[in-house]
Amino acid sequence: MSTKRITGAQAIIESLICEDVDTIFGYPGGAIMPVYDALYDFIGTVNHVLTRHEQGAIHMAQGYARVSGKAGVCIATSGPGATNLITGIADAMIDSTPLICITGQVASPLLGTDAFQETDVVGISMPVTKWNFQITRTEQIPEIMAKAFYIAQSGRPGPVVIDITKDAQFGQIDFEYKKCTRIRSYVPVPEVSRPMLEQAADLINKAKKPIVLVGQGVILGSAEQELLDFLTKSGIPAAWTLLGLSAMPTDFPLNVGMLGMHGNYGPNTKTNECDLLIAIGMRFDDRVTGDTSRYAKQAKIIHFEIDPAEVNKIIKVDVPVLGNVKQTLPLITELIQEKSYPEWREEFKECDRIEYEKVIKNDLNPEKPGLTMGEVMRLLNEKSNNEGVMVTDVGQHQMVANRYFKFTKSRCCVTSGGLGTMGFGLPAAIGAKLGAPEKVVFSVSGDGGFQMTLQELGVIQQEKIGVKVIILNNNFLGMVRQWQELFFESRYSFTNMTSPDFIKLADSYDIKGKRVTSRDDLAKAVEEMLSDDEAYVLEVVVEKEDNVFPMVPTGASVSDIILESPKVEVES
Amino acid sequence: MNQEYIISAYTENHIGLLNRITIIFTRRNVNIESLTVSESALAGISKFTIVINSSEDKVRKIVGQIDKHVEVLKAFYHTNDEMIYQEIALYKVPTTAMMESNRIEKLIRKYAARILEITHEFTAIELTGHKDETQSFFEELNQIGVLQFIRSGRVAITRDPIEKLSEFLKERDKVEAN
Ligand SMILES: Cc1ncc(C[n+]2csc(CCOP(=O)(O)OP(=O)(O)O)c2C)c(N)n1
Repeated sequence: MSTKRITGAQAIIESLICEDVDTIFGYPGGAIMPVYDALYDFIGTVNHVLTRHEQGAIHMAQGYARVSGKAGVCIATSGPGATNLITGIADAMIDSTPLICITGQVASPLLGTDAFQETDVVGISMPVTKWNFQITRTEQIPEIMAKAFYIAQSGRPGPVVIDITKDAQFGQIDFEYKKCTRIRSYVPVPEVSRPMLEQAADLINKAKKPIVLVGQGVILGSAEQELLDFLTKSGIPAAWTLLGLSAMPTDFPLNVGMLGMHGNYGPNTKTNECDLLIAIGMRFDDRVTGDTSRYAKQAKIIHFEIDPAEVNKIIKVDVPVLGNVKQTLPLITELIQEKSYPEWREEFKECDRIEYEKVIKNDLNPEKPGLTMGEVMRLLNEKSNNEGVMVTDVGQHQMVANRYFKFTKSRCCVTSGGLGTMGFGLPAAIGAKLGAPEKVVFSVSGDGGFQMTLQELGVIQQEKIGVKVIILNNNFLGMVRQWQELFFESRYSFTNMTSPDFIKLADSYDIKGKRVTSRDDLAKAVEEMLSDDEAYVLEVVVEKEDNVFPMVPTGASVSDIILESPKVEVES
Repeated sequence: MNQEYIISAYTENHIGLLNRITIIFTRRNVNIESLTVSESALAGISKFTIVINSSEDKVRKIVGQIDKHVEVLKAFYHTNDEMIYQEIALYKVPTTAMMESNRIEKLIRKYAARILEITHEFTAIELTGHKDETQSFFEELNQIGVLQFIRSGRVAITRDPIEKLSEFLKERDKVEAN
C-alpha cells in the first residue's frame, strides 16, 4: 500500500476501512470532533449511526458484532461520552464480544490536569477490557488500530478501548496500514495436546450416560458444523447454555434444551446423574451450575476451552482439551466410536413430558384469560420463518423468549448473559438488524428494561431500521417481583412500574404499533407486525404476576430445580 | 491451606501494566505482601515479583488471570522452597550510639551486615536476607535505637537450571517460523 499524508483523524477512519468496517455507532463531542470532521468525507463508505446515548451506541455495536462475527465499532467523546460506554464494555467483556471503542481525549499537554471533560478512560476501563491503549502521538495510530482489531477478534474475543488525544487526531502522518497477525506476548489460541484428546476420547468411548454442554465458544469459533458432526457420531445428548443458544438448531434430535437457572428440567437434573460431562466452549457460570459443591460430583468432566484461565476455575475437570473448538472437535470426532444412547435419551424425554405438563403447556397454550409471554413466543414461531434473530433485554421475558423461541440458524440469539444488562435489548436489536439486514430481528423487552434505552427509537426513525419491537408489559419489574414473591414473602418493594403509552410513544417517532390486551387480537397483531419490513412496536399486556419456571433457586443444586411455586405445592 | 507464594510475571515494559496486574488481586480481595518490578535480563521485558499469602487453588487462578493478559509474556508461581530469594533492608542508627559501645559493631558482625555511610549524625547500615533475618536484626538494633528502617520487596530466581521465559520465547519463535 502506498503512503499518503493525512491527519490522525483521517488515519483512524482509514484504519477502519482497512479492517473492512462498514458501520460504526457513535455520538460526537469536543474531544472527538476531528474524527467526526474526517467522517464527513467518508459518508457512503463508512456508515455512521448517530445514537441517542453512548450506551445505545455500544449496545448497537454489540448486537452488530454478535450477529455478524465481526468486531463492532463505536465512537464517543471524552469524559461523559466515554463513561457512558462503560456498561456496554463490561457486558462485552463478560460475554466475549469483539468491540473496538474509540474515545476522544483532551490534548496530551492537558492530561492529568483535570481539564474540561477529562476522565482517566484507560484507568476506568482497565478491569473490563481485553486491552486498552491511549494514543498521544499521531504516528501510533495505524499500528495501534491494527493491534486493537487483532486483539479484539482473535482467541477469546473481547472489547478493546482506544483513547486518542485531540492533538494526536490533529497531527499528520504518512499513512501506511499493516494488519497485525502476531503479538509476542499474546497467545490467542493454545496448542492442542494429543494426549489430552486421546484421554478425552477414551472417556467418551467408555461413557454410559454422557451429556454435552454447548456454550458460545462453538459460535465464536464458527464450529457449528463441527459440533453437529461430533454429536451425530457420538450420539450424545447436548444441552446449551443461554449464550450457546442457536449454536445448533432447536429441533436437532440430540438437543435436550437449555441449562441453568431457568433452563429445562432434563439437562439440569441429568447433570447430576450423568457419568460424563463434556463442556464445549462454556465457562460454568454460576447461573448454569447452581451450588458447585453439588454439581456433577458423580461425573467425569471434559472441558474443551480456548481460554486456559477458564479451566479449573469453577469446576475441577478431569480432562482439559485446550484450543479452538473449530480445531479440536473434528480431532475428537475422529477418535471416537459411533454410538447411540436410546435408554439414556428416553430419560430426557421423560423429563420433557413432566416439564411439558407442569410448565410448558400452560405457558404456550394457557387456559386462563390473562396473556402469557410464552404464547407470544409460540406465535412468533408459528407466524415467522423461524430464521429470525431473537434479541432480548433482561428479566422474565428474556428467559421465556429464549426458552421458547425456535432457532434454526446460528448467531440468532443476542442477549446479555454474563452481565444481565437491562436496556441492552432495543439498541442491540438495532445493531443486529444492521449486521444481518436480511433477517427478521425481534427485540423483546419488558416494560422496565425498555424504558432504560427507549430513546433509541429515534435511531429506528432516523435510519429507518425495520426492527420488530415487542414489549411484554406486566406492569412490574417482573423478575425482581418473582424473587420477592418466592423469597421475600411477596413484599413488592418498589417493583411496580407505571409506563407511558408505548404506542403513542412509537407514534411520536413515526413508528407504527399496536397494543394487545386480549388473546383474540394477538395472532392478528403478530401477523400485521410481520407483514412488511418496517419497524413495528407490539405491546402485549401480559399477566401481572406470572412466574418463570422451572427454576433453580440461588444456592440450590441443579437437581433441586423446581417446576412450580413452593406455595402451590403446599396447597395441593 | 494458606502459605506464602512467589508469583513471577514477565511482561512488556508498557504503561499501565502495574495497574492491570494489581487490579487482579484487588478484585479478588487478596492482599499483596510485597511487590518488585524491574527490567529483566532481556531488554524491554519487565519482571514482576509478587508475594502473597494464599491457597494453592487461589494463586493458580490469579496466575491464570495474569498470564492471560495480552501484554504478559508468562506468569508462574512458586513456593518459597522452590526459589532463591532475598530482600534488602536499610537501617539508620545514630553515630553516637556506635561510639558509646561496641554493641552495634557486634550485631553487624553477627548478621554480616555492612555499613554504607557514616556522618556525624547517623550511620547507614545494609542487610540482605530473608524477612526473618532483616526483621530480627532490626529488633536487636532497635533496642539501642533505630532512626529509620526500610525493607524492599522480594527478588527471586528459580532453582531450575533453565530460565522458563527463554523456553516460552523459543516456543513463540518456533510457532512464528511454522
Ligand atoms: C441495569 C440493571 N438494573 C437492574 C437490574 C436488576 N433486574 C434484573 S431483572 C429486573 C426486572 C426487569 O423488569 P422488566 O424489564 O419489566 O422485565 P420482566 O422481568 O418484567 O420481563 C431487574 C430490575 C438489571 N439486571 N440491570
